[in-house]
Amino acid sequence: MRLTNLLGGTALAMTAAAAAGAISAQELPACEGCADSMTIVSWGGAYSNSQAKAYHEPYQELTGIEIVNDESSAEAVAKLRAMDEAGNVTWDLVDVVASDAMRLCDEGLAMEIDADADLAAAPDGTTASEDFGDLLVSECFIPQIVYSTTFGYRTDVAEWGGKTPDDICDVFDLEAFPGKRSLEKRPINNMEWALLCDGVAKEDVYDVLETDEGQAQALAKLATIKDSVVWWSAGAETPQLLADGEVVMGSTYNGRLFALIEEQKQPVAMLWDAQVFDLDGWIIPAGLPDDRKARVMHYLNFATDTQRLADQAAYISYGPARKSSAPLVGKHAELGIEMAPHMPTDPENSKNTFLYNYEWWADYRDDMDAKFQSWLLN
Amino acid sequence: MADATAGDGIAPEENRSASGLLLSADGTPLKNSIARAERRARIRAFLLILPLLAFVMVSFIAPIADMLFRSVENDIVADTLPRTVVELQDWDPASGVPGEPVFEAFYADMLDATEAKIHTRLGSRLNYEESGMSSLFRKTNARRLGRIDDTQPLAPQFEKIDEDWATVEPWAILKTFSARYTPGYFLQAADMKLTPEGVESVDETQQIYIKLFWRTIILSLTITCSCLLLGYPVAWLLANLPMKSANILMILVLLPFWTSLLVRTSAWKVLLQEQGVINDILVWIGLVNDGARLVLINNQIGTVIAMTHILLPFMILPLYSVMKTIPPSYLRAAKSMGANDWVAFWRVYFPQSIPGIGAGAILVFILAIGYYITPELVGGTSGTFISNRIAFHISTSLNWGLAAALGSLLLILVMGLYWLYDKIVGIDNVKLG
Amino acid sequence: MTESSDAFVEFERVQKSYDGETLVVKDLNLNIGKGEFLTMLGPSGSGKTTCLMMLAGFETATHGDIRLDGKPINSVPPHKRGIGMVFQNYALFPHMTVAENLAFPLEVRKMGKADIEAKVKRALDMVQMGAFGGRRPAQLSGGQQQRVAVARALVFDPELVLMDEPLGALDKQLREQMQFEIKHIHEELGVTVVYVTHDQSEALTMSDRIAVFNDGKIQQLAPPPTLYEKPDNSFVAQFIGENNTLDATVDSVDGRFARVRFNDGTLSRALAVNCGGPGSQTRLSLRPERVEFDANVEPDEEGVTGLVKELIYLGDHIRVRMEVLGNRDFVVKVPNGAEVSELRVGETAGLTWRAEDCRALDAA
Repeated sequence: MRLTNLLGGTALAMTAAAAAGAISAQELPACEGCADSMTIVSWGGAYSNSQAKAYHEPYQELTGIEIVNDESSAEAVAKLRAMDEAGNVTWDLVDVVASDAMRLCDEGLAMEIDADADLAAAPDGTTASEDFGDLLVSECFIPQIVYSTTFGYRTDVAEWGGKTPDDICDVFDLEAFPGKRSLEKRPINNMEWALLCDGVAKEDVYDVLETDEGQAQALAKLATIKDSVVWWSAGAETPQLLADGEVVMGSTYNGRLFALIEEQKQPVAMLWDAQVFDLDGWIIPAGLPDDRKARVMHYLNFATDTQRLADQAAYISYGPARKSSAPLVGKHAELGIEMAPHMPTDPENSKNTFLYNYEWWADYRDDMDAKFQSWLLN
Repeated sequence: MADATAGDGIAPEENRSASGLLLSADGTPLKNSIARAERRARIRAFLLILPLLAFVMVSFIAPIADMLFRSVENDIVADTLPRTVVELQDWDPASGVPGEPVFEAFYADMLDATEAKIHTRLGSRLNYEESGMSSLFRKTNARRLGRIDDTQPLAPQFEKIDEDWATVEPWAILKTFSARYTPGYFLQAADMKLTPEGVESVDETQQIYIKLFWRTIILSLTITCSCLLLGYPVAWLLANLPMKSANILMILVLLPFWTSLLVRTSAWKVLLQEQGVINDILVWIGLVNDGARLVLINNQIGTVIAMTHILLPFMILPLYSVMKTIPPSYLRAAKSMGANDWVAFWRVYFPQSIPGIGAGAILVFILAIGYYITPELVGGTSGTFISNRIAFHISTSLNWGLAAALGSLLLILVMGLYWLYDKIVGIDNVKLG
Repeated sequence: MTESSDAFVEFERVQKSYDGETLVVKDLNLNIGKGEFLTMLGPSGSGKTTCLMMLAGFETATHGDIRLDGKPINSVPPHKRGIGMVFQNYALFPHMTVAENLAFPLEVRKMGKADIEAKVKRALDMVQMGAFGGRRPAQLSGGQQQRVAVARALVFDPELVLMDEPLGALDKQLREQMQFEIKHIHEELGVTVVYVTHDQSEALTMSDRIAVFNDGKIQQLAPPPTLYEKPDNSFVAQFIGENNTLDATVDSVDGRFARVRFNDGTLSRALAVNCGGPGSQTRLSLRPERVEFDANVEPDEEGVTGLVKELIYLGDHIRVRMEVLGNRDFVVKVPNGAEVSELRVGETAGLTWRAEDCRALDAA
């Protein structure tokens, strides 16, 4: 089934590419002095597949170069640091989440980018920096997608008496919605949700969280459901736990939930309240030799243009990072359903979103993590 | 020399030099001759082990040395801010914010650092000690430093970049961690911290490592004990069954070795979870109420069950090889003397299997104490080990110094327990076969 | 059954099979008297060790009864039988000292500490090992370990002691010394001993009676002299001591004696022990020392001639290897004396023996 899906997907992708007819070999500028192979690091699974379909395959068709895929994004930061210490960076382009990109940038392990000079402008001439806007959260980071961490819940829980959760605070309501929940085994997001549901206003969350009292308050709120929580550390866990009926609701990346609901047809629905936006995108390792750097820049210019980002949304339910890509988002390449309503950025879904403060977490991550782990232990 | 040939069927007299050294037939000292004769053999033997020696050096000794070094290494502050570090030596945090000379040195250092783009790296390092240092250094970037007028007093201008520069804390942190070697990581690994006022223990809400070390030891001991309880009868069967049945049993014992660790661990998830096979069976036969299914996973029970299964062969094999050498006549002799089955086992068979228990227990315990994949997958929050924190600091928080300190402590702990074992049981009493 | 009442150990129609197809022990009947030293002798695989193990309780009889002092013990577990045992490799517990080894059977009998000490000391003194109580078995020589093993089997005063090839691991000289010591202890204590060995000289030296085992059966049960002088069948004749065999056909039987005809037509007289009627095949058994040279013998009814193949000088006597009636390994033992000098290799010599010494046995 998987294979036929893949084949069907390829065929559809071809037609989609043909219909969009975005770029022919003549239009793609030649690459002078570029390496003829590159190693791209990403997350693997459906996400890597969407990138291969939307970026790698068209680019390879146009240039004939070799792209080596490495599925190491989960350990990218540590591996890049190790490679840097060994003086032998073998990766050319690495897909990471925004917070990791900031960390790599701070550590001097990622190359700084000049968005307007290095990236393509929108078809209407809007500069890249304006098209990406606020999403350029680090000087080293080229965003690809907006994803969100949000909740899914089972629609067949008898004890709920027909009610379904529609508010983030229902996660903390064990009386109305009994059953186990899965939450990520780290403080990020959980602390913010806890404060939101403990009466803290959205705009005050990080100010409160900066104080010892605020942290204690958040942990105290989490403690009310601690016994009913299964803690996950890999994104695939919550969908599996939901499918097995091990938990009745759980947080994970919205794309995982989309696959669970639309592709695997599990009795699960999305809770689009207080979803936390996050970004995923590219960084280029610092200190690449010239030919490899030239190849990466050439590829990036192609792969992060308006059409390519929109193409990716045909394979996975993550929103393109460019404003100009949004209107071009079409149907799912295999399921044939409109993708726009499944995007975290869709107005229906993003009535109440939460903005994640990268700067704050970069400062407090270590401290909060120690406290959170200590709290988990007790 | 005449003596050497003088003997007639009697052993010739020994050759001795004037100083009394034994000489060989040609007059060279005997020791030299032996050394020469053995040198070739020794060189050949050395060449044979050379590849292994090199491999061990590169893959084992060197990384351990590197880890031990990293746990105390702290060059980054002195390398990034050389002038500031010198100026801060005479500064007393109790006297308030440092004076202009410190700011001048810091300004010069930061100009170099921002140009080399290494100032944020220092910020990340200091952020492990004090939250907020990361963004403080990120804010103090080349663009903002460029606006500073170095003919004017620097302190107010730094205050404008970030008001934290006008407080004592960042400077105190810089001074505390300016040394090239620091006990800071080790202190953190023991739930303490280095502050400008000296060593203090961290806030109770942040203490985790001592607890994790304890938990690691206790769970590893539990796993070792359950491996022993389950493995001993199996090893006994293996050693006493007829060849044919023993071979089949041996294959069953070794089977787990041929399956991927991840596959086995995932299989345990399927078996142990609340809607899993074991709970389903218990509910089906009515032992457990459907509403009160047993929680067997994402806790210590899950870790103990899965790791016992994974490490069981390491207990069974040494036990088996020792039991194989215990002749059945010992048990018979004991019984012929009037001992019943239990006394014969406990007083005669069991004491002789102790070397196998020692070997198996050490093997399982040391493997268990460093395990992290299985606890990560089935241990939830209460069943994780210290190694899971080490992995976290290596791959997620990038605090390699702390990871190295935790690793070093684990190494010291294992060696300490090994020493204790040697004292109590005696390491000669360990047999692998 | 009347006879069994004064026997201490009784095997009655005992059978043993491991695989259900072949019998290792076939229909064994054996009575052992109190205080007797009985040896089970036989080649390996003859069933003697299996019998011993059934008596000890480590093997169960497939069929039949084993009785100890009149009581059936088939269902009594080994540790309740109260039988002392010495094993082939001593089976001294390596993790205990010599004294602890000896104390073990007393401790499991919950004996008082002082009693244990006294008994251990007495047992060690008995085997002249009094000074070695604090040593570990590994620190003792083979002979010393053997002594300790014997002491341990006797320390709890069993009425029956089983010994399973206890001297097999010792060198010849030590073995002979230990044979004497064990015999001596047996006489002193009056304990019943069942002894298993495949060494016939050991059996002959020590035993009151010997049961010769072969093929799962007792071939002959008799005191050593009887066994040597009057073997019942070819196997026993061949197995015990040195033996010359000559194949022949029974010509006629006349009371205790039979007239036999050799292949070359020569006639001879032999004691009809275990041969068939006229016309049946028989095997004659002759001990080497019962054959004499006789210069006057012509090949006729009372004597045969043989070709001298080899002379082996052994000091007090000479072994003469000859070819007699097709048997190329016919051995004659001649006391060292004047007549020996007349023998030459390659010459023919006449042989003679008494008819009582020539036993006509089964043709096997």
